[in-house]
Amino acid sequence: MIEMQEAGFGYQDGAELLSGMTLSLQPGMFHFLTGPSGSGKTTLLRLLYADLLPTSGRITAFGQDLRGLGRDEIAALRRRVGVVHQDTQFLDHLPVAENVALPLAVSGQGVDMTALRDLLGWVQLGQQARALPPSLSGGERQRAALARAVILSPDLVLADEPTGNLDWDMSMRLMQLLIELNKSGKTVLVATHDLNLIRAAKAQVAARVLRIAGGKLQLAGADL
Amino acid sequence: MRRTEFRALRLRALWRGLLHSEGGSGDRIVPPTGITAQLTLFSAGAMAFLAVFALALALASGRLAERWSSELGQSVTVRVSAPAAEQEARAQAVLQILQATPGAGRPRLLSEDEVTELLMPWFGPDMPVAALPVPALIDLPIAGDDFDAEGLRLRLEAEAPGAILDDHTQWRRPLVSAASRLRVLGAVSLLLIAGASGAMIALAAKAALAANGQVIRVLRLIGARDITIATAFVRRFTRRAAIGAAAGTLLGMGAVALLPDMSAAGGFLTGLGFQGWGWLLPLLIPVISAAVGFLATRWAALTMLGAVR
Repeated sequence: MIEMQEAGFGYQDGAELLSGMTLSLQPGMFHFLTGPSGSGKTTLLRLLYADLLPTSGRITAFGQDLRGLGRDEIAALRRRVGVVHQDTQFLDHLPVAENVALPLAVSGQGVDMTALRDLLGWVQLGQQARALPPSLSGGERQRAALARAVILSPDLVLADEPTGNLDWDMSMRLMQLLIELNKSGKTVLVATHDLNLIRAAKAQVAARVLRIAGGKLQLAGADL
Repeated sequence: MRRTEFRALRLRALWRGLLHSEGGSGDRIVPPTGITAQLTLFSAGAMAFLAVFALALALASGRLAERWSSELGQSVTVRVSAPAAEQEARAQAVLQILQATPGAGRPRLLSEDEVTELLMPWFGPDMPVAALPVPALIDLPIAGDDFDAEGLRLRLEAEAPGAILDDHTQWRRPLVSAASRLRVLGAVSLLLIAGASGAMIALAAKAALAANGQVIRVLRLIGARDITIATAFVRRFTRRAAIGAAAGTLLGMGAVALLPDMSAAGGFLTGLGFQGWGWLLPLLIPVISAAVGFLATRWAALTMLGAVR
């Protein structure tokens, strides 16, 4: 699905944030990506949906080298990879339901209102369908972002610190949704610095835990 | 950013996007822009209003140049200068020559009263014109294509000393030239108005695109193609340019229609209106305004999208 071969990313001034990363995201797998704040988790995710390009090595997604993608091909890739962004990224002038359905609108697909209602119900936002994003709580925003990320039924779901600002109960609720997604066959990669969350999730799902340390990507040890 | 990557913004695709709605969400993905929208409408309207007058000026100047050119080209004047005692005889001799000239109509010797009237603007009503050594004037209509002004001039020089042929070229040429230049000025004004409209709409579109940088970023992140994003902005600004220009054009046409009719006074300024099919020409202004809005916004969107991956 996605392969990284000795991929690295450095800034224009030459400072290298990530280097020599080799990773294979297999269909149907659940992955955690952990590491301290500033270690490069968000950067790695941005590399996976072509928001950044690797400065060394190679990344392929669905058989295509990300370096060679044109702008329309990048758009097509992002319709196959659902992303829950750390800062959720909504259009604040549109109600929640329209924000969630936005990927359908911009890809020229009609909206099945029943399916949209079901999706909002799944993330427990049926009552907030007409609310504007600024009026939502942190947990509601993250669940709305998850609904938007999966509305096109993507092959891969990336979540960047989805529980960063949530309390434990809300974090587990969101994690439950991600686990349900994985059990329905989706590949999931969750970036989080919260090791307790990873331990709790691993009790419910077989997950591979990756850790970024010193700019390198490695499999986490038995402590997780 | 490679410019070739913007092939998707080709005109045909944008045009299709203008004509087809995207299930209602196409326009809504761009937040309302409030005062920018009203300013764009007003500016497009004002420019169209001015364009109507520039077009009327260009058309009227063209008509004037043609009229002056054709009216003055339909007759010549023969001036006969001679001592007072011989003037009548020489004038009659010239008349005989003119009557025998191929392509010439019936020559007419202007009466003393007519000559006095012609000179009145220069000498005033009380000047005893009869006491002045004023030449006899003969008006000669041109009746056929075989009229040869140069040949007649040479014949008069040879057979009627003191008779000079004036085909009005000397004073007709500057008038026609002035009218032609007015027509060019009208056309240049139209081009300037189109350019200013384009610049204004491009600025408004760039401002709207810059203000919606985050919207564009979000749309790209969820998989929107450039054509989808650009179309949302292009559609909005093209419609504003067309609607504003349509209103301005109708107002301008109304104002031109209220101008006095040329036949009422016969002056140049009163002939500024449109005539016949000419009334249809201003209707092109909203179409051109929409096209200018379309191209200007496309350019602005292309520039802005280049900054977002």
